Amino acid sequence: MTDTPEHLVKSYDQELKRLRGLLTQMGGTVESQVALAAEAIVHRDSAAATRAVEEDPKVDALEREVEQFVIRLLALRQPMASDLREIVAALKITGDLERIGDYAANAAKRSIVLAEFSAPYSLAGLAHMVQLVQEQLKLIIDALGEADADKAMQVWRSDQVVDDIYNTIFRELITYMMEDPRNITPCTHLLFIAKNLERIGDHATNIAENLYYAVKGETLPESRPKGDTSAYAVVRPRE
Amino acid sequence: MSATMGESQSRQASFGGAEARSATAMNEPRIAIRSLNFYYGSNRALKDVNLDLPDRQVTGVIGPSGCGKSTMLRVLNRMYDLYPGQRATGEVLLDGENVIDASVDLNALRARIGMVFQKPTPFPMTIYDNIAFGVKLHERLTRSQMDERVEWSLTRAALWDEVKDRINSAALGLSGGQQQRLCIARTIAVQPEVILFDEPTSALDPISTLKIEELIDELKHDFTIAIVTHNMQQAARCADQVAFFYLGEMVEVAPAAQMFTAPRERRTQEYITGRFG
Repeated sequence: MTDTPEHLVKSYDQELKRLRGLLTQMGGTVESQVALAAEAIVHRDSAAATRAVEEDPKVDALEREVEQFVIRLLALRQPMASDLREIVAALKITGDLERIGDYAANAAKRSIVLAEFSAPYSLAGLAHMVQLVQEQLKLIIDALGEADADKAMQVWRSDQVVDDIYNTIFRELITYMMEDPRNITPCTHLLFIAKNLERIGDHATNIAENLYYAVKGETLPESRPKGDTSAYAVVRPRE
Repeated sequence: MSATMGESQSRQASFGGAEARSATAMNEPRIAIRSLNFYYGSNRALKDVNLDLPDRQVTGVIGPSGCGKSTMLRVLNRMYDLYPGQRATGEVLLDGENVIDASVDLNALRARIGMVFQKPTPFPMTIYDNIAFGVKLHERLTRSQMDERVEWSLTRAALWDEVKDRINSAALGLSGGQQQRLCIARTIAVQPEVILFDEPTSALDPISTLKIEELIDELKHDFTIAIVTHNMQQAARCADQVAFFYLGEMVEVAPAAQMFTAPRERRTQEYITGRFG
């Protein structure tokens, strides 16, 4: 997308540039929102949590702006081929970014509640997950800015690790809850936080798929290594 | 105790590709163009063109001015025969017969391959006679058979209801859009196999344009159609497959959905996104 010549109508290029600018801005905001949420979770920092939640309206406003701009472009420019793919991808990606922002805000909110409990066990697994998800997010937002299909592919492939950690945490938390009912409140919040992080990874993967199609004009292969197997997990209480 | 997660891991399906790939299956070719070259004197206007026009489907032909797309239509029904110094080599096979062969009967050929032009070209006679004129060249019909043929053609061209009460008034009194549909009626009256449209709507308003496009959609059930157009949206709306011509070469042909979402060739991509030159 970036190495193609300019449109004969220059204002069209300006508009596409503005669309990319809006997505980059949104990506940056969401990335900092997730960073704040990570800070809140790992270091029990309520101030960071509050700031993560406060970023949310900005992200929502950007999503609306991108949506309206895309509709305008579709109606007025009647884009074709790579332009069409890029503009439709922008519409889908803005939705994914908005969801990522929501999950970050939700995880941050839960970390505020969580701070009132003494941690029942080590948060090392969760901290690792936080770090991986942040790396994935950073990579996909860079890929978005550079229209880099190879980086998108890299993110698409890396989601499996996050899913694996999530499944491990899921089993651990259930075990803690069974050991002592007083753990149920903090562990439930931790479980939702982990789920939020896992979903952020999924949305990063969605962005990767849409970006890849926008750049290459072909879809990624159907089957991705995945995923969340906790739906099938059964933990039996000790007799 | 069993633990199941309420939230399913639903990933959005990604858009585009799969559908574009599995787009319209193409019928057997009615016309097969093979290694076609065309010369205006020493100027080579078509270079080794290979293209199939699938039976009872619409082939859109796009490309910048001077790319050879109209030349190609002119070759298909031997329009160029009228001009000295113009010649074609290669094959244009219509049901297996090479139509650019010197032995081909041009009148018979033009009855099989009809053409509609950019500007409506009604003859200065009545609506009825505009249709009957061409039919008389090829067939001997009784008065009632001819009446039937005229009504049939005008009905197929979606014009009958508008003109049935003034069938014997002058064709030049019709609006531009009606005149163009009259020309289409005149073309289908001789029951061709293939209809060539050369910029059929560029002189028409948007509503008349849509009526012609709707008509093309109708006609493709019975006729094989090629349409040359500068309007890419029109090619996207009308065509089953689209061919892109540039500097006398056929650069790329693909189902319309593929062509306008993910063309393979760089030159196609640049042309249809408006980045040319």
